[in-house]
Amino acid sequence: MTRVRGAPLGVLGAAAVGVVVLIGIPLVTDTFTTFEFANVAVFVIALIGLNILTGYSGQISIGNGAFMAVGGYTAALLIKKAGVPYLLTIPIAGVLAGLAGFLFGIPALRLSGIYLALATFALALALPPVINNYERLTGGNGGVILRAAGVPDFLGGALSNEQYLYYLAWSLAGVLFVFARLIIKSGTGRAFMALRDSETAAVASGVSLAYHKTLAFGLSAFYAGVAGALLAILSRFVHPDTFGLPLSIALLTGIVVGGLGADLGPVLGAVFVVWLPYFAEKTAGLRLGGVVIPGKPDIIYGAALILIVFLAPSGVAGLLARAGAAYRGVRGRAVVPDLLGGPLVVDPIAEPADEAQT
Amino acid sequence: MTVFLAGGGFQGVIQQVVFGVASGGIYASLALALVLIYRAMDIANFAQGEMAMFSTFVAYSLITFAHLPYLVVFPLTIAISFLGGMAIERVLIRPFEGSPPLTMVIVTLGLFSIVNGLGGLLFGYVFKTFPSPFLASPINIGGVYIGLQDLGVIVVVLAVLVVVYLFFQRTRLGLAMRAAALYPESSRLMGVQVSWMLALGWGLAAAVGAVSGMMVAPIVFLDPNMMQPVLLYAFAAAVLGGIESPVGAVVGGVIVGVTLALVGAYVPGAQNIRVAIGLVIIVAVLVVRPSGLLGRAALSRV
Amino acid sequence: MALLELSEVHATYGPIKALHGISIEVEEGKVATLLGANGAGKTTTLRSISGMVHGAGSIRFAGVEILGRTPEQVAKLGIAHVPSGRGTLGQLTVWENLQMGAYLRRDRSGVRQDQERAIAYFPWIGQRRAQLAGTLSGGEQQMLAMARALMLRPRLLLLDEPSLGLAPLVVRDIFGIIRTINREEGTTILIVEQNANVALRAADAAYVLEVGRVVLSGPAGELATHESVRKSYLGN
Repeated sequence: MTRVRGAPLGVLGAAAVGVVVLIGIPLVTDTFTTFEFANVAVFVIALIGLNILTGYSGQISIGNGAFMAVGGYTAALLIKKAGVPYLLTIPIAGVLAGLAGFLFGIPALRLSGIYLALATFALALALPPVINNYERLTGGNGGVILRAAGVPDFLGGALSNEQYLYYLAWSLAGVLFVFARLIIKSGTGRAFMALRDSETAAVASGVSLAYHKTLAFGLSAFYAGVAGALLAILSRFVHPDTFGLPLSIALLTGIVVGGLGADLGPVLGAVFVVWLPYFAEKTAGLRLGGVVIPGKPDIIYGAALILIVFLAPSGVAGLLARAGAAYRGVRGRAVVPDLLGGPLVVDPIAEPADEAQT
Repeated sequence: MTVFLAGGGFQGVIQQVVFGVASGGIYASLALALVLIYRAMDIANFAQGEMAMFSTFVAYSLITFAHLPYLVVFPLTIAISFLGGMAIERVLIRPFEGSPPLTMVIVTLGLFSIVNGLGGLLFGYVFKTFPSPFLASPINIGGVYIGLQDLGVIVVVLAVLVVVYLFFQRTRLGLAMRAAALYPESSRLMGVQVSWMLALGWGLAAAVGAVSGMMVAPIVFLDPNMMQPVLLYAFAAAVLGGIESPVGAVVGGVIVGVTLALVGAYVPGAQNIRVAIGLVIIVAVLVVRPSGLLGRAALSRV
Repeated sequence: MALLELSEVHATYGPIKALHGISIEVEEGKVATLLGANGAGKTTTLRSISGMVHGAGSIRFAGVEILGRTPEQVAKLGIAHVPSGRGTLGQLTVWENLQMGAYLRRDRSGVRQDQERAIAYFPWIGQRRAQLAGTLSGGEQQMLAMARALMLRPRLLLLDEPSLGLAPLVVRDIFGIIRTINREEGTTILIVEQNANVALRAADAAYVLEVGRVVLSGPAGELATHESVRKSYLGN
C-alpha cells in the first residue's frame, strides 16, 4: 500500500472517515442539522483565517468578526442592489475583506501584544454602529434580507436548498483548508511562525516583518470575508449585530478551544462554536417558572476559554494529538504547539537580573 | 449629561464642553481602573467594563429589592465590588500570574464573556432605569445652562481621583502596592506579599469601575451591554494618557469626552458613530505616539 | 553558635544545576563573605537563603529551618537582602525607599528612630528625601539600599555585590560603612563579592565558590594570604 508522504496511516484513515461523514450528514439528517453543519463550515473557514493570524503568525485579533462583516455586507449588498449572482459574490467579498484586513494590518504593524488586542477589540466594537449609521446603503437596523440562493439547474433537483448550501460551504472549506495548509508549509508559513516565535530572530535571519505581518492580516481577513459572505447567503440575512463583539469573541474562543496553531484546530473549534449555543439552550433547563434564561452560551464560552488556557493550552487538537501519541506509545515531540503555555520559565542560563535597575 | 438643545454660538459650545467633561469623567474613572490593573500586572483588563456593569446591577438590586437609600447603596456597592474584584483575582487571574500577554488577553476576554453572560442571566436584557443622585435640572451660570447632573458627575470623579491619589501617596499599603507593581522581587524581599497586592489592585479597580458604572447608568439605561462603548472610550482615554499614568487616564478621559461631545454636536451624522471615533483615537495614538501624552515609552513593556 | 547555617544546599535554575551541595556558616555578629567568579553560584546562594530559589538540603537561621519558606516569611524573621544592581526602588523617592524597608515593622516610634539613625549614617538622605532614588549616583543608590535594608532592624544582612560598578573610592566608603554597621548595630552580615580584595579586608570569614561548590574556606585573613586565592581573585 502506498502512503502519502509522511502521513501516518491512522491520520489518512481518520481523514477518509471524516470526509465520508461530512458527505453523509445532509443525506441522513434533518434540515436543521444540515443547516447547522453548513454553519460549521462557515466557522471552519473563518477560524482557519484566524488561525493563520493568531495561531501561526502570533498576532492576536479580537476583531475578525469585523472582517466577516465586510464580507457579509459585500455579498448581501451585491446580491440585493446589483443583482450579482450569489456564487460570484463570495470571491469578491473575500478579496474586499482581505483588502480591508491588509489596510488594517498596516497600522497594526506597529502594535503587538495587548496593544494589538486593544486595537482589534476596538475594531470589533466600532464597526457595527458604523454599519448601522449608513442606513441608505446598509439598511441600518433593518438589516438586509436575501432570497434563498436557489439550487443550480444542473443539479436537477437532486438536492434540497440546505443540502446544496451545505455541500457548497464544505467544498469551499475543504479547498480553503488545503490552501491554508499549502501556505503554512511554504516559506511564507515558516516566516509566519518564525515571527511568532521570535520577531528579533526572524528579522535577523532576513524575514520581512512588514510584508509578512500585513500579509497574515490580509489572508486572515480574506478567509473571514469568504466566511461572512457564506454566512449571509446561508442565513439570508445580515444585520449589524450579526457581526458584533460576540461574534469576534466566539471566533477567538473557537480557535483557542480547537487549538491555536493546529491544522485541526479550526474544525474542532467550529463544531464547538456552532453547536455550543444549541446544547447550552437545550440543557440550560433552568427555566424558572417559564422564564427562558438567556446568556448561557456566553458563560460557557468564557469558562471554556479560561479552562482551556489553564488545562489544555494547545486546545482540543492538542489533547487529541497527545491521546493519539499515547495510544501509539510514542513520546515524540508535541505535534501541536503550546502557545499559551503557563507562566514563563525563568531563563535558565542567565541568573535573574533584579528588576530594580531603571 | 442632560442633553439640551445645543444653544447657538459660544454658550452652546460651553454647554457641550461641560457635558463632555462630565462624560469624560466617567470614561476617566473606568480608564483609571484599567490603569490600576495595567500598572499592577501589565495587562489590559477587557472585563473591566463588564465588572462595572455587574456592580451597577448589584446597586440596582440593592435599591429595587432591598429598598436601601442611594446614599447607603453607593458605598455598599463600592465595597462589594472591591471584594468581588479581589475574589476574581484570587480565583481566575492568580493561576495565570506571569503568563504571556496573549494568554492574559484571552483570560480577561473569558471573564468578559462570563460576566456579560451572568449579567444577562441574572438581570435580563430589558433596559432598566437607574436613579441618579443628582437633580436633572440645569443651573444658570452667567447665561450658560449647566446640568447639575454633569457637575455632580465631575465632583464624584474628582473625589474618586483624590481618594485614589491619597491612598497611593500617603498610606503604607498604597506605597507597598506601588512598589510591588514596579519591583515585585525587591518588594518580596522586604516582606511585601506581592500576590496579595495584585488582588488589592483588582479590588481597587473594581471599586473605581463601580463608580463609573453607577454614574453612566442613569444616562444610558442599565443593561448588560451598557459598558461596552464606555470601555472603548476608557481604553482610548488610558492609551491617550500613556496607559500607566492615573493622571494621564483622567486627562485622556476628559479629552475623549470633550472631543466626542463637540464632534457629536457639530459634525453632522457623527453622533451615531462615536464608537468609531474611539477606535480612531486608539489606533492613532498607538501608532503615532504609543507612549501617550503623559506616559513613558509604553511599547517597550509589551 | 552559628546564626546562619547552610548544609548541603542544592539548587537549580530550570535545567541548570547552580548549587551542588553548599555548606557555609555565619557566626552571630560577624561578617562573612562569599567569593567567586561570575556564575559560581554566589547569588543563587543568597537567593536560596531568601526563599527566591527553591533548593534542597538545609538552611537554618537561629536554629530554625528556613528552607522552603517564602521571601516574605524570611524577611519577617529578620533577614534583609540587598539584591545586586543595588536593588534601589528607582521610581520611588528616597524617603519612600526607607519606608518600604520598614514595611514589616509595626512600632512607629522605633521606625522613626531608625530613620534618624539612617540619616546619621547617610546625612544626604535627610536633605534629598523627596528625590527619586533612580536619580541618585551609583554609590548613593547602594547606600540607600543598605539604609533601606537596615530599616528592618535585621539580625542578618545579605549584600549581593555591593561594589558592583562603583568607583574604588566609593567602594572603600561602602565597605567602611558595612564594618561600622556590623560594629555599632551588631548586625551579622553576609556579603557576596567578586572584588575579593576589599571583601576579604572587611570580613571575618570567607568562602570561595567555584561552579556551585565551596572549594575553600577559612578566616578572611588566612584566605587573603592563600596562594590560590591570591592568584585567582586578588590578582597578585
